[in-house]
Amino acid sequence: MRDASPAKTYALHVGVIALLFALNFVLPDYHQGLFARIMALAVFAMGYNLLFGYVGLLSLGHAMFFSAGLYGAGLAVYHLGWGVPAAFVAGVACGALLALVIGLLALRTSGVAFMIVTMMFAQVFYLLILYFAAWTGGDQGLVIQQASRVIAIGGAPFDLTDPTVRYMSALALFSIILLVTLAVVRSRFGRVLVAIRENEERTKMLGYDTLANKLAAVVASGAICAASGAAYALLFGYVGSSFASVQYSILPLLWVLLGGAATTLGPLIGTLFMYYVTDITSGFTSAYLLIVGVALILLVLFFPKGILGSIRERWLRWLP
Amino acid sequence: MMPLLTTKGLSRHFGGLRAVDGVDFALMPGEIRAIIGPNGAGKTTFVSLLSGRIRPSSGMVVFDGADITAMPAYKRVRLGVAYTFQITSVFANLTAFDNVALPVQRTLTDGRTRGQVRSGVMAALERTGLADRAGTLAGQLSYGHQRLLEVAMGLALKPRLLILDEPTQGLADSEIDNFISLVREIARDATVLLIEHNMPVVMQLADRITVFNSGKILAEGTPEQIRANTQVQDAYLGATHG
Ligand SMILES: Nc1ncnc2c1ncn2[C@@H]1O[C@H](COP(=O)(O)OP(=O)(O)O)[C@@H](O)[C@H]1O
Ligand SMILES: [Mg+2]
Repeated sequence: MRDASPAKTYALHVGVIALLFALNFVLPDYHQGLFARIMALAVFAMGYNLLFGYVGLLSLGHAMFFSAGLYGAGLAVYHLGWGVPAAFVAGVACGALLALVIGLLALRTSGVAFMIVTMMFAQVFYLLILYFAAWTGGDQGLVIQQASRVIAIGGAPFDLTDPTVRYMSALALFSIILLVTLAVVRSRFGRVLVAIRENEERTKMLGYDTLANKLAAVVASGAICAASGAAYALLFGYVGSSFASVQYSILPLLWVLLGGAATTLGPLIGTLFMYYVTDITSGFTSAYLLIVGVALILLVLFFPKGILGSIRERWLRWLP
Repeated sequence: MMPLLTTKGLSRHFGGLRAVDGVDFALMPGEIRAIIGPNGAGKTTFVSLLSGRIRPSSGMVVFDGADITAMPAYKRVRLGVAYTFQITSVFANLTAFDNVALPVQRTLTDGRTRGQVRSGVMAALERTGLADRAGTLAGQLSYGHQRLLEVAMGLALKPRLLILDEPTQGLADSEIDNFISLVREIARDATVLLIEHNMPVVMQLADRITVFNSGKILAEGTPEQIRANTQVQDAYLGATHG
């Protein structure tokens, strides 16, 4: 992995970003909107992958980090009248702080216990959103008006409800997080995270404080997932409790498994794939969830390491 | 001269079993010390207490004048106590390069070495004769090479005390000769504590030998003294070579 020329790796990632940029100009309206959504949610998947793929910690509670960003940003706009940039930062900060607290508590456990503990915390978070319905809008959620989603830069308004602006904003966030994760997994820190996944005891005996490293990974993962949630609230103008439900804790796991855990581009591919399979099948049958399920089972049977993970194993060993 | 490492009344019980039982032990800087003793004598448990991998039931460990009894293992490593496992535990899914990069970058982060990760890794791999295997997954190396990789990882930690738990187990005779010269070389800048069953290796390498039996030190001395010790012959040497 580390022997591959970094130039090839960076060229691939920049190429993917360039392709997504070009797609904005050729995609029909409907697909342009879908792609913006997929890119924003792929950020969620990338944040999840950092913890699950690279550190090997399987959380079933990441919906809480996504919705910490979603509500952190959304409520700041809705109740406090904050501008878009400040609200985005608030959302990310909420997610990072929550991840720090959850990490300190949940990292006392591992394996199945870690899954259950994270799931329970997420459930508490979900119930809190419903309980404080006066502020959060409860299960109805809140709609953030178009006027609140405009950034004024030197007199030129930057309207996040405009399809192209929205697409480019989602792409910008996606690109930054993609390049950040690439840098992290190629860094010394990334090497330690993988070592923890492979053998935590051995990693300790090489002088590493594995708990501190895992905590840093939880916080980074939580902050990235919150960035996705904050962007989602600001780009699509809706903040709802369904995003905090258990379904949104399982979705990023599926996206990452599909695309390939511990691959930098797998989360995008998994999110894209799942979105389109759902979208296409729901168009002609109401039993689309069944078809999605069958597609998932087939994929796991034939590509147990996910789409990109299998490609790496069979053909492109240098993929990060 | 002050010992590099001492233990006082060091004990570890597993239920009713006294795996290590009130051991007083001292190790001088620069020496090569071998620990021998029958299976189940408590050798691995004893060195695990030194490395911090397991906690003592009672007693104390002093390294370089400081009480490290309560110090977690990863901090002891940063002080210079390196431990290589009896059961090979290299990172099978990582390349040999990445296996050694982990300890190298640790010493760089701690400011105990300078330079590039790559050059540090290649130096450790060259010293153990694994340089041409840098890109191979550790799990695909032969068993002997995995043992050597384990030593390379220990070396790369720039230890002041290197603890090797049965490092020659499973090595071919030709590999053992290389190993003996490697340990001699390591001992030029580190103290070596070596658990070893292969008596010719012990006799060639050790400055002093400590014999364990039933969690206690049965005898200690130079190789000649140990060879002449009748108690040791009864408990151990006689049993394996008789
Ligand atoms: N984690 C453990 N739990 C229970 N008993 C143990 C454990 N580790 C070692 N023992 C026991 O302690 C004794 C000493 O083991 P060990 O230190 O591995 O001996 P040696 O390395 O000299 O062969 C043995 O009887 C062993 O079964
Ligand atoms: Mg042993």
